[in-house]
Amino acid sequence: MKFEGTSSYIATEDLKVAVNAAITLERPIIVKGEPGTGKTMLAHEVAQSLGAEIITWHIKSTTKAQQGLYEYDAVTRLRDSQLGDEKVKDIKNYISKGKLWNAFESNKRPVLLIDEIDKADIEFPNDLLLELDKMEFFVYETGETIKAENRPIVIITSNNEKELPDAFLRRCFFHYIKFPDPDTMEEIVNVHYPEIKKDLIQEAFKIFYDIREVPGIKKKPSTSELIDWLKLLMTDDVDAKILREKDPKKLIPPLHGALLKNEQDVHLFERLAFISRRENENLE
Amino acid sequence: MFINFFFDLKQASLPVSLKEYLMLMEAMNKRVVDSFNVNDFYYLSRSALVKDERYLDKFDRVFGHSFKGLENSEGETEKEIPEEWLKLMGQKYLTDEEKKMVESLGGWDKLMETLKQRLEEQKKRHQGGSKWIGTGGTSPFGAYGYNPEGIRIGQKESRSKKAVKVWDKREFSNLDGDVELGTRNIKVALRRLRKFAREGVETELDLDNTIKSTAHKGYIDVKMMPERRNKIKVLLFFDVGGSMDAHVKICEELFSAARTEFKHMEYFYYHNCLYDAVWKDNKRRYNENIKTWDLLHKYPSDYKVIFVGDAEMSPYEITYPGGSVEFWNEESGETWLTRLLNIYENAIWLNPIPERYWDRISSASIIKQIFSDRMFPLTIEGIDQAMRELNK
Repeated sequence: MKFEGTSSYIATEDLKVAVNAAITLERPIIVKGEPGTGKTMLAHEVAQSLGAEIITWHIKSTTKAQQGLYEYDAVTRLRDSQLGDEKVKDIKNYISKGKLWNAFESNKRPVLLIDEIDKADIEFPNDLLLELDKMEFFVYETGETIKAENRPIVIITSNNEKELPDAFLRRCFFHYIKFPDPDTMEEIVNVHYPEIKKDLIQEAFKIFYDIREVPGIKKKPSTSELIDWLKLLMTDDVDAKILREKDPKKLIPPLHGALLKNEQDVHLFERLAFISRRENENLE
Repeated sequence: MFINFFFDLKQASLPVSLKEYLMLMEAMNKRVVDSFNVNDFYYLSRSALVKDERYLDKFDRVFGHSFKGLENSEGETEKEIPEEWLKLMGQKYLTDEEKKMVESLGGWDKLMETLKQRLEEQKKRHQGGSKWIGTGGTSPFGAYGYNPEGIRIGQKESRSKKAVKVWDKREFSNLDGDVELGTRNIKVALRRLRKFAREGVETELDLDNTIKSTAHKGYIDVKMMPERRNKIKVLLFFDVGGSMDAHVKICEELFSAARTEFKHMEYFYYHNCLYDAVWKDNKRRYNENIKTWDLLHKYPSDYKVIFVGDAEMSPYEITYPGGSVEFWNEESGETWLTRLLNIYENAIWLNPIPERYWDRISSASIIKQIFSDRMFPLTIEGIDQAMRELNK
């Protein structure tokens, strides 16, 4: 089992090494990086390339570790007992399986994506420590132990909103997806839009990386935003010439709404465009 | 060799543990990567040993150091300009006349000095994003008439195409804990300061309590509880004007990070030292100031206090009444600071000036003393420590 990237996902060499290490050693891998660099995508692509089933567990601020294992519905059981329902005699009827349980039960090695683990409570990763290490847990209500038949490939993403506990980190591989350089970016774009015009890409890239370097910009546009923007440019059939436009009056790139998602950033950009226009005029 | 590498990492105070080392060994054992390929080994060890992007740069440096000479690569590490190489290049490309000119400029050493300086400037300016104003782009070498094709220093393009070792590129250098901060980094550091508590309106079902109570009473008795919230409350004091102008950017970043991080945060401005009044709007500081007494009475003692300032002033401005440079203060800055510290148990001072200079600035030493040593540098590490301190 080896992950080599897919036709729709460009994996850098270091990412491949990290993922393969996690697969071989059957340990979780934590993926961090700027928003929009394809952290969540990775799990789907790994699953696709290995032909494995993907089980996703989206974490919210209210998610508890126990919910990933199983939940015991005491309230329904209580109600059923008052109504004299037959079901009430078997406690198993009131236990609903969580994502981890599903993953452990799977008879082919699945990919388990724990998405945005940092959204949950600070103690959340600690509560999953043993379960992810041993890949087993105990169901108190029925007294059975659920053990993974095939240890799932666990991919965990984090947006760095909370620090993860050391003990948890020690058990995982780690990869930080850095922002792609123009070459990698071109590959990524080609994967998404193979029919895109070469000159359009070039001009769009220039604008894109320039925007990312504007000092004081609040939200830097990311890969996914670039992809969206290119899509818009293509559907509107914007010519590369317009992007190359040196006319200072049109310094704001067309369809900029896809790149600048923040009112302040648009203002900042307009102001900079204004300044550079004035400078140009002075030069002339 | 690997053991040494591990200890090198430890020595560089990277948080690596035996478990991670064993994990790496296991991975090597299972042939995750081709063990003869150094690049793959670098990727693998990085993934197994580093668990926080803040340490990636440090790791790169240690790796470069530990495995130096393992791979054939020209020149020194990227960090230093390979002087020997430059000299050779220079001799190769310069005519005798030009060499004399170089001599007249103060010889090689002087030239190297200037060059380094230029390079430094160039880098800084580039990071400042001057691209948009249209400066920059002058080659540090152009002025001296070298062949720019031959040398090309500080130009990103040529650098990435050279056979530079991956770790020597130090792509993660801006994520290092000791270097300048970006708001995202600050937010991560500020997150240390969290204390969750259930307070306020009862909006959530308290399941455990409901079950307990239901079992106890024999009918369904629903119990509610308030939502969990971060209940940290912070007072932020910013030094503005004068010597602080150099640190405006970093203060802005800290401010914006703090504002999103803490729900209960109040900020105030002061100049050099705390006296009888502070203000909230720099434009109207003389009309709309807030009496420090009012502030001390208004905010309860469970607020955490963060002072941001370079503490660089004349010692009289702290210790003597009337010492302020701006107006006649009836009571000394020290009195006001102690007054404040007596109320707020958790208080720290963040100083944008690097720690090694503090001892040389007597006013900084005095303030540090008043704050019982709770002065921290305004770096990620510093904020990190400061937040731990505030959490005590």
